[in-house]
This record gives sequence, structure tokens and C-alpha cells, in this order.
Amino acid sequence: MERDDIIEYSLDISHTDEEGKVIRKRLWKVFWILLAVTIFEVGMGFMFAGVAAYKDMLMYTFIFLTVVKAGYIVMIFMHLGDEMSYLKKIILIPYCFFIAYLLFIAISEANFIFDIGWVLG
Amino acid sequence: MSHNTEVLDQKTLWGGGRSPFNVSYGKLMIWFFLISDALTFSGLLCSYGFMRHKFSDTWPSANDVFVHFPFMGDAHVPLLYVGLMTFILILSSVTMVLAVEAGHRRNKKEVQIWLALTIVGGFFFLFSQVWEWAHFIHGTEAGAIKDIIVDGEWVTQVVHGANLHHNEYGNVLFGDFFFFITGFHGFHVFSGVVINIIILIKVMKGHMDKTGHYEMVEKTGLYWHFVDLVWVFVFTFFYLV
Repeated sequence: MERDDIIEYSLDISHTDEEGKVIRKRLWKVFWILLAVTIFEVGMGFMFAGVAAYKDMLMYTFIFLTVVKAGYIVMIFMHLGDEMSYLKKIILIPYCFFIAYLLFIAISEANFIFDIGWVLG
Repeated sequence: MSHNTEVLDQKTLWGGGRSPFNVSYGKLMIWFFLISDALTFSGLLCSYGFMRHKFSDTWPSANDVFVHFPFMGDAHVPLLYVGLMTFILILSSVTMVLAVEAGHRRNKKEVQIWLALTIVGGFFFLFSQVWEWAHFIHGTEAGAIKDIIVDGEWVTQVVHGANLHHNEYGNVLFGDFFFFITGFHGFHVFSGVVINIIILIKVMKGHMDKTGHYEMVEKTGLYWHFVDLVWVFVFTFFYLV
């Protein structure tokens, strides 16, 4: 059944060949960034694995780089950066808030029961 | 990518008759699905983090577990293989986004090529994971002496590799979480490949020309990028940190 009260957003999503060239260039740039970050991570892990002095520094570096990679994937590959700011906020803010809270609780609780030496079961 | 963002009247935005987010219903819903799926993976990874910190004295380091590379025999090369897997998945993500881009230009031929390459990348990743699992399950020839339960009794014996009951490399929970989380992710990759194949067939049959847009490619693309996104986190927390 045809309905004329629904605005067909899907048909709006289009661009010309010239615009496509610019977009493709950006996509490949993001690919090279992601690849470089991954190679850097593997290289760091390869060189410094098992060195106790670098352990914390490595961990925070890896987590930071992971968030950078995730940002590029969500914003560029998943086009969230091109959507309305309302949509961006409604997706990202509750999610990030909830996960930050969950991580804080899980890790601090785990460290606590490790410290007191409680055995499961 | 919405081109009519500029002409929106902010006052009537929520008045009905128009999507407040200026996207189609299907795209909004796949975003909501991805959020709930992301929460599932976050829950799994958080519980992994919990157990890892709780048992940090017996937790194995991935650098001692995943050290093999195809055709290199027993050479000790940590991280290299999983780095290759990550590369394959990132590459297939790029081919996917290029298929979406070609869809915006309504270029059927290019969409087909990029989608097909994405499917190939997905299969490569899946078979890489099978290889990784096989090595983890078989373990080393020397094995390690562990206390395990056999027929309800604790016995001390040599174990090789890992499964849900014992783990040569360290805490049993490491294997449990590894199998569950990478397995769950692998299942997502598998279903992503299946969905991509379905969409590719639809594109080849000309369904998208009939509806006048390639939004289905964009929606399955969102799912595929999400799978890549999850792998970025799995890669960090299982292999790097």
C-alpha cells in the first residue's frame, strides 16, 4: 500500500560522482590511519611485552588507541558524524555513561576481592 | 548523509509527520539494535575484566598463548597472527563502506564488486579464527601439570591446550571467556557474511533499482562496521593488554 504521509528519507541519501571522489579519499585516509594504529599496537606489544616497567604505560596507551580507532569507525565508517547532533547524542551519551559506570564498578570490586583473597565457590 | 538537514524547522521538528532524527525508520532501528548488542558485548567484556582482576595472579598473558603463525612452524611470533586478522577485518570494513558509497551513487556494478570483496574478507576472518581456536585447543606438546576434575575427583595430571574444563596456560576462566567472547563475535561475523550474501543477491537481482535507493546496503554496512568495532575491543582486551 502506498502511503504519502511518510517522508522517504532513503531517497535523499545520494551524491554525485564528484562528491563521491572526495568521500572515497576520506574513507581510504581513515583506512590508513586504522592500519597504522594497528601496526603500531602490534609493534609495541611485540617489543615491550613482559617488561614490567612498561606494563601500565602500555595498557593505557592501548586503551586510548582503541578508543581512537572506535571513534574513527563509528564517526566515519558508520556515518554517525554526518547524522544530526540529536541522533549522535542519544546514541553516544547514555551508552558511554553506562559503560563507564559498569567498568568502574566491575574493576574496583574485582581488585577488592582479589586483595582480601576471597575464593570463589 | 541527509541532505535536507539545513531546511529543517527546529520548532516543528518534534511535532509529528517527520522523523526527529531525519533518518529513515529502518536506519534508526538498526542503530537501536546495535546499541543493545553493544551493551551485550560490553557486559561480556566487563565480566571478563572482573575475573581478570580477581584472578590476576593466575591469568595467562596472551603473548605466551597465541604465538603461532601459519607456515612458520614453532617460531615464537606473538601478536602477529591476530594483527593479520585485525587487518583483514579493517580491510573488509573499508570495502563495505565503499559499497555503501557506491550505493549512494546508484552504481550497481561497483556495489556488487565491493560487497563481494567484503564477503571474501569475512570468510578469511572466519577461517583465521578457526585456525586460532584449533591452536589454542591443541596447545603445546609439552603441556602443563594442572589440577583438574575427572569423574568428580580432583586429579593432578598433564593437560594440553585449553577447553572449558582445563587450560594449559593458566586460569580456566581465560579459556571460557576466550571461547565465549570470540565465539560470540565470530557468530556475529558469520551472520554478517550471510546477511551480506543475501543483500548481494538482492542487488544482483535488481531489487535496489526498483526501490530507487541502496539503503539496505547501508543498513547491513552498519552491522558489519559494528562487528569490526567489537573486534577492535576484543583485540585490545584479549591480546594486547
